[in-house]
Amino acid sequence: MIKSLKIYASVCLLSVAFSACVQAQNVNVKIALLTEKLPVSPALSNLDPILTDQGIQGATLGIKDNNTTGQFTGHHYALKHLEVPVGGDVAKAFNSLVVKDHKFILVDVSAATLGRLSELETAKGVLLFNVSATGEALRNEDCAANTFHMIPSDVMQADALAQFMLKKRWKKWLLVEGTDAKDTNFATAIKRSAKRFGLKIIEEKKWAFEHDARRTAQAEIPVFTQGADYDVVVVADVKGLFGEYLSMNTWLPRPIIGTQGLVPRAWHRTHERWGAVQMQNRFYAQAGRWMNDVDYASWLAVRAVGEAVTRSKSLGPAKIKEFMLSDDFSLAGFKGVKLTFRNWNQQLRQPVLLATARSIVSVMPHKEFLHPRTYLDTLGYDKPESNCHF
Amino acid sequence: MINKICLAFSLLFFSAISVADTLYITLEKDNALAVVDGETGKLLKTKKLGQRPRGLAFSKDQSLLYVAASDDDTIQILDAVSLNIIGELPSGEDPEMFKIHPNGRLLYVSNEDDNIVTVIDLEKKSVVAEISVGVEPEGIAISQDGKWVVNTSETTNMVHWIDPLEQSIKENTLVDSRPRAAEFSVDNSVLFVTSEIAGSLSRIDVATKQITGKLHFKVPGVDKELIQPVGVLAHPNNKVLFVALGPANRVAVVDIQSMEVTKYLLVGQRVWNLAFSPDLTRLYTTNGVSNDISIIDVDALKVTRSVRVGHYPWGIAVK
Repeated sequence: MIKSLKIYASVCLLSVAFSACVQAQNVNVKIALLTEKLPVSPALSNLDPILTDQGIQGATLGIKDNNTTGQFTGHHYALKHLEVPVGGDVAKAFNSLVVKDHKFILVDVSAATLGRLSELETAKGVLLFNVSATGEALRNEDCAANTFHMIPSDVMQADALAQFMLKKRWKKWLLVEGTDAKDTNFATAIKRSAKRFGLKIIEEKKWAFEHDARRTAQAEIPVFTQGADYDVVVVADVKGLFGEYLSMNTWLPRPIIGTQGLVPRAWHRTHERWGAVQMQNRFYAQAGRWMNDVDYASWLAVRAVGEAVTRSKSLGPAKIKEFMLSDDFSLAGFKGVKLTFRNWNQQLRQPVLLATARSIVSVMPHKEFLHPRTYLDTLGYDKPESNCHF
Repeated sequence: MINKICLAFSLLFFSAISVADTLYITLEKDNALAVVDGETGKLLKTKKLGQRPRGLAFSKDQSLLYVAASDDDTIQILDAVSLNIIGELPSGEDPEMFKIHPNGRLLYVSNEDDNIVTVIDLEKKSVVAEISVGVEPEGIAISQDGKWVVNTSETTNMVHWIDPLEQSIKENTLVDSRPRAAEFSVDNSVLFVTSEIAGSLSRIDVATKQITGKLHFKVPGVDKELIQPVGVLAHPNNKVLFVALGPANRVAVVDIQSMEVTKYLLVGQRVWNLAFSPDLTRLYTTNGVSNDISIIDVDALKVTRSVRVGHYPWGIAVK
């Protein structure tokens, strides 16, 4: 078969014009994943194992998929993974990848670290793919021309929830917020979405109890959630320190949404539509666990590079970036629509899944949320709202 | 009395000019096969099958009906008359789409999870070959002259050209995102491929394997993200092509030469696959979400009726 491909390659070179035929050539494409280890927060329960291979498994599967395609195009993809321990020098690790000629670097790092990496002199001729940081500043005032965001932002996730609540007419919210900085970010996104879609936050409360929630949930939460009448409780507890215990313990019989209960996700193990079953199966067979958002974002990043390399027939970051932002680029991500980049902040446009523990409730946005460009742009910062200036 | 005789005669006459046909439709969620009279649109019966039945096709002599039971990892063999299950084929995992070679002997099926196309000898009921293809192989088409078997891979975005004599890939053509279905023109000179995510139809020249034309569907009032071409069917007149547009709930009528849409026909929700009646007067569509089929008058290009058949109708074969 290799022989026949080689013969075909020469045929291809002879036949000019509309070149959709695939040439076999031997080209290596290097992709790196840089993981910054962050302090692990105390586990709420033993149900969810702490993942040590988050992102790596997604990127590895992406590399496999790219190489399956590569066997027909002559492209060979390789993944280099670097992990920086808690408190380690991430910039140094990043530079070591750049020195080794890595032009496409997936970054699973904190928002603050990503901000620093994008600004490095060594990052100039490199494309960074943010697979985990959901903060808004990275996509607005702190945006960087060399950085693409594969994971939905906090605001995209909050908008997805708000749209669904609007559809349900559950318009009065009680917002319960943790004390972590990430909780504040998520709560800020929730407040913006509420305003945007005409929903009302009738009360905001901070959860600052520091004792073990397992012991006190039944006693504390009914009292804590007493007060005004609301349709739903929106919880902002990114690290999962107390949110799970709100369900069935609220004063009023009300559903929980936000970081617990009904959650917005880039990916979820219950997602099966649009061929997602195949993806779930492939991933599970490889990793022995279900895929999470960071794995999915990493898979998408590797696939985006693969698509751009295959179709633009180029390896240069500038050309790849140009292609990824062009109308010719589209990524299939098992969400029923093509995924493309917003050229105003380089965020990947994508539907957001709303899920409970064992079922998908809805996939947002619904097409009834109209937009002159695409209904996908009803999630997150739209072009006129964006503060990003490259 | 005379009236009655007249009626009987006229009925006889009618049935003589319009050939009666029977539709066999797989129901993904009911794990069953719906049998419908094509002329009257009447649901005749529903027959229990394996889990998640999708692709189906008759044997060359039409005595057997093969049905891919995706979640049972098998292709079931049914007696075409009694519809009793009389055997199985070693299809490999998760069979979805398959086609039978014009020689009547070889069946090609894509195994999405394993990135292979399995070739099965229908007489021996054994696997002849497993061909490694791109990620998530999906559509299969075979030219009527039997020279080419093509397979589309959804994540690799390619059409793989398989030589059925050697059971190996000879060439590959890169197409738009998530290629789903493929169909050769009746003269075997052109291959049509739908790309679900890109919302496009590619026309590929069989001799050069190059794309010679492309059509991006646009339906007024329908968001472009929802236009997802899937099933494709060529009319034997070699002039017209029908394309099912999934959640756009339309079937596009395409002029093969100009690669332009001449009409969009509104059908049921999430239209998947298409089939003609044997006399080519009717076109049938399976509509996955509205749980029905639409019947289209091919000459008038009008949807004449829809028939409820069961949950998630997917594949269709007509006899």
